[in-house]
Amino acid sequence: MRVTRVTGDPDDFTTSQLAEVDADGISKEVRLDVIDRWPIVGDYVIVHAGFAIRALEEQEAKTSLALLQQMADSYSAPDEESQS
Amino acid sequence: MKYLDEFRDAKFAKPLVAELERAVTKPLRIMEVCGSHTMAIFRNGIRSILPQGFELISGPGCPVCVTSASHMDAFISMADQENVRVAIFGDLFRVPGTVGSLADASARGAKVDIVYSPMDALELAKQHPDNTIVFLGVGFETTTPGIAATILAAKNEKVSNFTVFSTHKVMPPPLIALLDDPGLQLDGLLCPGHVSAIIGAGAYQPLVDRYNLACVVAGFETVDLLNGLILLARQIGQGVRKVENTYPRVVSWEGNGRARKMVDQIMEPVDTEWRGLGVIPGSGLAIRKEYEDFDAEVRFDIILPEASEARGCRCGEILKGMNTPEQCPLFDTRCSPATPVGPCMVSSEGTCAAYHKYGRD
Repeated sequence: MRVTRVTGDPDDFTTSQLAEVDADGISKEVRLDVIDRWPIVGDYVIVHAGFAIRALEEQEAKTSLALLQQMADSYSAPDEESQS
Repeated sequence: MKYLDEFRDAKFAKPLVAELERAVTKPLRIMEVCGSHTMAIFRNGIRSILPQGFELISGPGCPVCVTSASHMDAFISMADQENVRVAIFGDLFRVPGTVGSLADASARGAKVDIVYSPMDALELAKQHPDNTIVFLGVGFETTTPGIAATILAAKNEKVSNFTVFSTHKVMPPPLIALLDDPGLQLDGLLCPGHVSAIIGAGAYQPLVDRYNLACVVAGFETVDLLNGLILLARQIGQGVRKVENTYPRVVSWEGNGRARKMVDQIMEPVDTEWRGLGVIPGSGLAIRKEYEDFDAEVRFDIILPEASEARGCRCGEILKGMNTPEQCPLFDTRCSPATPVGPCMVSSEGTCAAYHKYGRD
């Protein structure tokens, strides 16, 4: 889910710590009380039972996908060699 | 970017299936600890492509399934009280106690609300000031921080009719209890994804050191699961034992300190009973005295009733990895999703529910 708005103070639990997130075009509100680090607009969050528990930068996500591609390519290599 | 479909994509998964075949060089016995892993492994058809010699057994990581019969009976008697409105996550609704379930209590007029988040239960408290709301807190480390935060919000907002019946549990202690049993010969653990987001991958290092186990943290999509199994097979094949994390997009080595701090503020460790495993020291979480106004056990002076397991039910042995559902005489005969006898057949993370839905020929 991609963060589109953040409200509240990360150090003040008497305020409402909330983020508005977009999931496939659906907008919803999630709590930020127990997230691992305070997110900014554009970050991605993992949500459990209405509470975000993990924030992720877009660049981290892209790097992770690039590594996935590299891994799949390296595992495919032996088959390609055996076919040649 | 959805950052989800990619981890289900066949172009990534197919090379991993071939690699898994290559990685298994000697027999190995692995426990998938988490109930969501059990279901995801079945749903992705991974059991059907496991190489020869790769044995995968299910563990105790379904929070509803390990909730004791005496706690279920206490939940049901709580729901039957006047002016009490019980709020639960949906999985708990049909779990049988000694006599009946919360669904039965609801049918006879008890107020049972299924909520998505504990914050929804706090909203219920505001909407029903004449009722005491009891949120039945069942869950592991992933769920507990949100419930602790809800108790803090109730205190800050002075919502005095909101309470929590805490039966929360923590994950490493039952694994130690299981691994101390010489009957359970394991080479490694497929470690939970979302619990590890809170406790961190480093929490499994003591299990590596003490039990010489391979430990790999994995996510729940096809690619995550295959990658986790490959790393486990490689460790066993190469005689290496360590913690590896294939789910870094969610899990760090340190985990989520902010969430743990929230739990520490509101709750403290206690001994608690696990279905099938008995009482395990320090494996539960109770609400601290400073927050006892929100503790249903204090407010209602609850004494847990003696309760026995349903006759013939093997949920306890299944949760310990000692039996598979097919070895239970009730599986798919007297016990089915329509008429569950044990909790493992009810929960969406239950091993018996997974075997019923996906595991039959």
